[in-house]
Formats: sequence, structure tokens, C-alpha cells
Amino acid sequence: MPSTWDRIRDEFPTLHQQVNGHPLVYLDNAATTQKPRAVMTALDRFYERDNSNVHRGLHALSMRATDAYEGARARVARFVNAAAPEEIIFTRGTTESINLVAASWGGANLAKGDVILLTEMEHHSNLVPWQLVARRTGAALRYLPVTGDEGLLDLSALDRLLTPEVKVFAFTHVSNTLATINPVAELCARARKAGAVTVVDAAQSIGHMPVDVRAMGCDFLAFSGHKMAGVTGIGALFGRRALLESMPPWQGGGGMISSVDFHESRWKPPPERFEAGTPNFGDAVALGAACDFLDSLGREAIRQHDGALAKMAYERLAELPGIRLLGPRGERGGLVSFAFRDIHAHDVVTFADEDGIALRGGHHCNQPLMKRLGLTSTARASFYVYNEEREIDALVASMRRTLKFFGSAD
Amino acid sequence: MSSDLSDLYQHVILDHNRRPRNRGRIPTANRSAHGDNPSCGDQCDVYLRLDGDRIADISFEGSGCAISMASASLMTTLLKGKKADEAAGLYDRFHEIVTTGKEPEEISDLGAFAGVHAFPARIKCATLSWHAALNALRGDPAPTTTESHTD
Ligand SMILES: Cc1ncc(COP(=O)(O)O)c(C=O)c1O
Repeated sequence: MPSTWDRIRDEFPTLHQQVNGHPLVYLDNAATTQKPRAVMTALDRFYERDNSNVHRGLHALSMRATDAYEGARARVARFVNAAAPEEIIFTRGTTESINLVAASWGGANLAKGDVILLTEMEHHSNLVPWQLVARRTGAALRYLPVTGDEGLLDLSALDRLLTPEVKVFAFTHVSNTLATINPVAELCARARKAGAVTVVDAAQSIGHMPVDVRAMGCDFLAFSGHKMAGVTGIGALFGRRALLESMPPWQGGGGMISSVDFHESRWKPPPERFEAGTPNFGDAVALGAACDFLDSLGREAIRQHDGALAKMAYERLAELPGIRLLGPRGERGGLVSFAFRDIHAHDVVTFADEDGIALRGGHHCNQPLMKRLGLTSTARASFYVYNEEREIDALVASMRRTLKFFGSAD
Repeated sequence: MSSDLSDLYQHVILDHNRRPRNRGRIPTANRSAHGDNPSCGDQCDVYLRLDGDRIADISFEGSGCAISMASASLMTTLLKGKKADEAAGLYDRFHEIVTTGKEPEEISDLGAFAGVHAFPARIKCATLSWHAALNALRGDPAPTTTESHTD
């Protein structure tokens, strides 16, 4: 049986173009992935045949649209092995999902004297929402440290930090700068023992490896469709049912949220309670198609493919003079961040673009981590299912040309 | 290498990037201002010693790409000894060069930045230190951020 892997690049029209006279080498997948035809077709089909508002009309199209939307919810639930579709809330993406938890669960459960435990490697979107709710409730923020350039969480500090005041522990599954894959199941188990609710930022893992909320044992998990071959504007929050049922709405009646005497019966049950307004059903349907696409490739196979490319890129780049590589040497997620001693990341990215190579340069929404490592910016190459070894050759050759231009070649 | 890219990274720019002039904090400074480029993390502090309305001394500190650091370095060499209104006039000329790509008529190192106009995303790299310097001259302590400038 021919596998989707065999002709994988044919599935992604965006890849087939020249940039600055060179074939595009797209290595900015941690920012957003390209979209396969299957996903774009699902989106087109929905709008060409079934488009109608959901949950309201009794006519044929509205029922089809509702079925498609709820079908997508069930598909996403299966994708992360949730116990029921009702545990999936559609959002705009990771950022909105975390804001939902922080505002709704955090607003109702945090108070002065409580502690929110985060890690030093969190993306701004798993940091700022907690700062906001901390300011609102009087709860304090605490950070689990990162060990250094190898980018591991300092688990030896966890027992000291997971005190009874810690009500929630929010951390990333895979770091978008360091590529560290954190031991989620262990972190969740230790948090649970300490009585803390867990929030996992799965933005960088969801499209790259198996993600199973029950095996992880997490309470909440947030992710974005656009980083897993889906379209922009849609993502999801998984929440354990009992927790979701205990939470007040976060949109639709701002004033109510601060009222103490909430009456459960006044709101619809989850997930509708958290989806005020017309939901983004078109993109949700496309997200369901992205789940199908990734499962047809096999998520364990994707993990191996992306991880192998990242490891190879790490080893090849390590040969360059004056380079500083971040993140673990061994197993890593599908990306590698690096900085040259004498060349700023933006110059590196500009020169790579000249060779048709798309990299990201900057602080990657990880400013506190960068500061902690004594860096202001890095360049980052991030891989996905369609990337190939020859693209690492192109990357390394381009870096050598850049080094030569700036006079730092060996 | 394309001509656009070699126009961007001119010899003058590479030289200032490699050997920045007037880098560090001058102990006698009586004015300073901070500039930020939040989308890319570039930062620049400019220090001035104003003598009346003349810039008696000027220096910068910061981190950023070759374009932003070279621009800061060159700027300090051009502004030293200038009066506040002359500095504002030089900035207007610089701004025109980086946004239009028009080389100046007289011989000036500012012309090295004409290549920036072909890379619109880099214009704010080139102007960051200038914004900080003008703020320092105005005695405006609010940090400047290139995000709020239309250039
Ligand atoms: C680790 C991590 N968390 C959160 C986000 C935010 O995702 P989004 O912008 O799709 O909400 C990103 C994306 O850059 C990320 O890499």
C-alpha cells in the first residue's frame, strides 16, 4: 500500500516555489506549518456544500454543519485520547486556550497566598495570562528553573517548589526555543500528589508526536491547529470533564465572573459554556481533516522523522565556528536554535532568506528564558513531515557562506 | 550574493558593525534614552553630554543586527559636535535615504544605508538609535519603541 510518506511533498503546494531564485527550503515550522491539500479541500468542501450556522437552524444545511462541527470535536477528542468530545473546547489556538483556563479556572480558584508554578522555558502565551490572573487574584508566580544551555528542567528543585500553596502547575510539553521534550507524565503525577492542577502547553508537540491526555494525566492541554497542518484561527483546549463542569464561563457576561454565588444551572454545560458566540466551525472541520492526515502518517513516525532531522541539524551545525547551540544533545523535538558569537540572528536570517531558506530569528516569545541564558536572540530551524536531509545540507552551506561574508570563517 | 543584499551590507556597515565607534556609556553624560524594537528584541541606549544645545559627546550601548549596530555607531560619529536642530536635520536626511533608497548628493557615509529601503522590515533596525538619540536630545525619558513609528 503506498503510504502518504512516499509523495509527501506533493501534498503541500506551498513548498513548490522559488524564493530569491532558489527552491524554497521552509524551516519555520515551529511558527506555523504548511497545509496539505487534504486540509484545504476539507475547508473548501465545507464552504461549498454545508456552510450554515451551527446549533440553531432546523434546516438541512444547519444540521449538516452542526454534524460536521460536532464530528470535528469528536475527531479532536480521539486525537488526544480524551474521555469524551465534551472535554474539547474549540478556541482560536493555544494562547486563547490558556487564557480561558487562567481566566475561568484561575479566576474562580486562585486567591492571595496561592502560588502559580510555571517554568523558565514558557512561551509568553503560557506566562502573560498567568501574570494577569496573578495580578487580579493576588496569587504569586513561581518558576521551575532551566539547567542552562542544554535546556532541561531542573527536576531536583521540583519538590522544594511544589509546596501546598501551589494550586496550578503550567508547563510546556516541548520548548519552542530549546526543543526540550519535558517528562509530562512525571510532572503531572508529582503535581497531582501535591494537589496542583496541571496545564500543558502542547503547541509544539501536538503535530509532532503522540499526545495522549490520559497517559499524561494532565488536567488541561492547550494547542493550535496551525502548528499541526491545520489552518489558522482554530485550536482547542482539552479539560477534564469534572473540572470544566466546575468552571464559570469566561466570555459572554464579563461581570458575572467576579460574582461569587455562581449557579451552575444558569449556564449550558461544557463545552458550549465556553464557546460564546458563533464558533469557528469551518476551521474546526479543517482541523478534523488535519487529525486524519497526521494519523495517516502515524504520529510516532512523525516524531522519529522530525526528531532525527533536528538531531542531524544539531550535529552538522555544531561543526561551524563560533556557534552556540541550545537544547538537549540527545532526544529533542523537531527544531534547533543557535547563535553565532559575532553575527546577529537577524543577519543570519536575512542571509538564509537570500538562499531561499525560511528561518526564524529573534526571541521566539521566550524573552525571560533568553535573558536567563544571556542571549537576546537566536536563529531557529524547525522541521516538519516534508523536510528532507538535503535541506539541512542547504542550511549548513548557507550558514558557511554567511560566516565567510562576516569574516568569521575558519 | 544578490545586488540587493550586497547593497544592504555595504563595507561601511560591516566596518562599523565589526568595530563600533563610541560604544559604552560616557561617565559625563547628562542625557540618555532607551530604544526598543519589541518584535525582534533589538535594544539601544544613547548617552549624550549636552553643552548648551551642542552635543559635546555621544555614545551608545545595545544589541542588535549589523544594520542597527552600524547605524548607531555611524550616528554617534556624525552627531558629535552638532547642535540639536542640525541633528534633527541629519535624521530627516537619513530617514529619506533608508525609505527611498536615494543616495545623498554630497559625499556622506549615510549613503551606505540606501540599500535598506529594499528590505522594508529592516528600516526600523536602521532608525532605532536615531529615535533614541532624538528622544535624549528632547530630554524625553520615555523609552522609544520602533513599533509605534510608521517607518
Ligand atoms: C510553546 C508555544 N506555546 C504557545 C504558542 C502560541 O501559539 P498560538 O500563537 O498559536 O496561540 C506557541 C507558538 O508560537 C508556542 O511555540
